[in-house]
Amino acid sequence: MHGLINRSIQNFVCDSYGPANWAEAARLAGLEFTEFEAMLSYPDTITPAVLDAVCDVLDRPREEVLEDVGTYLVSHPTYEAVRRLLRFGGVNFSDFLHSLDDLPARARLALADLELPGIELREHADGQFSLLCEAPVAGYGHLMMGVLRVMADDYGALVLLDHTGSAGGVETLTIMVVEADYSAGRSFDLGARA
Amino acid sequence: MTDLLENAAVLDVLCPMHLVLTPTGHIHHAGPTIQKLRPDTPLAGQRFLEAFAVKRPRTIRGMDDLRRAADIKLHLEFHDAPRTEFKGVLVPLPDGRMIVNLSFGISILDGVRDYSLTNADFAATDLAIEMLYLMEAKTAAMEASRRLNLRLQGAKIAAEEQAFTDTLTGLKNRRALNTVLERLIATREAFAVMHIDLDYFKAVNDTLGHAAGDHVLQVVARAMVEETRRTDMVARVGGDEFTVVLQDVNSDDVLRRVGQRIINRLEEPIQFDGEVCKISASIGTVWIQGGQKLTMENILADADVALYASKHAGRACQTFYTPDLRDAPANGTPPPGRGVARG
Repeated sequence: MHGLINRSIQNFVCDSYGPANWAEAARLAGLEFTEFEAMLSYPDTITPAVLDAVCDVLDRPREEVLEDVGTYLVSHPTYEAVRRLLRFGGVNFSDFLHSLDDLPARARLALADLELPGIELREHADGQFSLLCEAPVAGYGHLMMGVLRVMADDYGALVLLDHTGSAGGVETLTIMVVEADYSAGRSFDLGARA
Repeated sequence: MTDLLENAAVLDVLCPMHLVLTPTGHIHHAGPTIQKLRPDTPLAGQRFLEAFAVKRPRTIRGMDDLRRAADIKLHLEFHDAPRTEFKGVLVPLPDGRMIVNLSFGISILDGVRDYSLTNADFAATDLAIEMLYLMEAKTAAMEASRRLNLRLQGAKIAAEEQAFTDTLTGLKNRRALNTVLERLIATREAFAVMHIDLDYFKAVNDTLGHAAGDHVLQVVARAMVEETRRTDMVARVGGDEFTVVLQDVNSDDVLRRVGQRIINRLEEPIQFDGEVCKISASIGTVWIQGGQKLTMENILADADVALYASKHAGRACQTFYTPDLRDAPANGTPPPGRGVARG
């Protein structure tokens, strides 16, 4: 798994619960180090082990932790780049939802060795969508739910999100866009200077 | 095409940065995005070549030149500030009118920043947004890589600084030598420094190759360690240069014997790949009586002077440093490049 993903989990725990909790989780997961390098790769088995350890240390279920990781990824100032890169996907929330199918390809454009799980958007009746998330690490759908919740706010859309379970390694979210222009949302300046 | 033009909305969607020019070279219509760049002055009605300067091809001076430049890539910029640059292409119509389509080209990021453009200002098929996405994503990725490189470089420097071993011979290196010398100087103990330079080693390297040279250096290193005491330190400080630091030296007799033993050992022929390598060693020795105030540079310089006295005396011998060695014209100063500053 790409270091960026592992590092995100590390940063989430450090920023939200303090370095001591992270150090404990790293020890529990059997890591021989405490710092993931964002630009290096790690064996795939590490990520689930780290997540299990984090859940143990925080005494919280994995789905909750992952949803919080998702929220953290698009709302914490450290990860402003992620929010901005996602905003390039569309001019409004439903446009953004349709760009999610391209998310793994967009991620690869940024970093050739960053492999994100496949996602597929299905559009149903007006404003109703389901998002099928491949979940090589159980709970990935919950992480996406955290991401979508923040992005909806970012676009100023009022949406209802639900995780409707998993089957065959695919987790499904249902998305109902109640009102596309519910609030002003956050501004997005295409050419903002970093 | 002319029919399409009657409905300007078509081109406004397909090419929002286009201009329709009259046969006289006046701007008849400007696409919404190009007009957005000059919100206070309508482009329509202006002479095209007064609003825009053609930078390349340089031969274009008037509308007739421009009309002949159809279908080639034009480089243009606004006449007034901000002098945004554009790529453009011109297509003449049968009725004498012309269409010029513009794009930001490589200056896309400046354009978007200068004019606060949004997704809606670009055609849906335009790759501008993907371009901006890529620039931002790559910048973030490069920055992360740069930080990693800095950390790795820092770790490498730290590791090198901590390393006190010469990897080829397993002896101590110059850094270790410096550390030990600094300590001995600080405590003002009595000790001796032998600077040893191999004789005829270059010939081994030149005739039998570097593998033979490396083998000789390893054998030499082992011999020096065996001919000195456990408390002495042997360091490789250059290609074929070694320094031995001997502590608790009571008489120069001891130094004489150790030096002679080393020379004798190194003169034993060394076998390599069926060939015999013969070398020897010249030694310059400084014996420091306790209690003196010295600097490492001085000690090493004295050892150098003594070493070159040995070289001048015909090699394969040991010389003890005395101040009058510096006065002897033949050994006055070591040859260039062999001074104390040698790294």
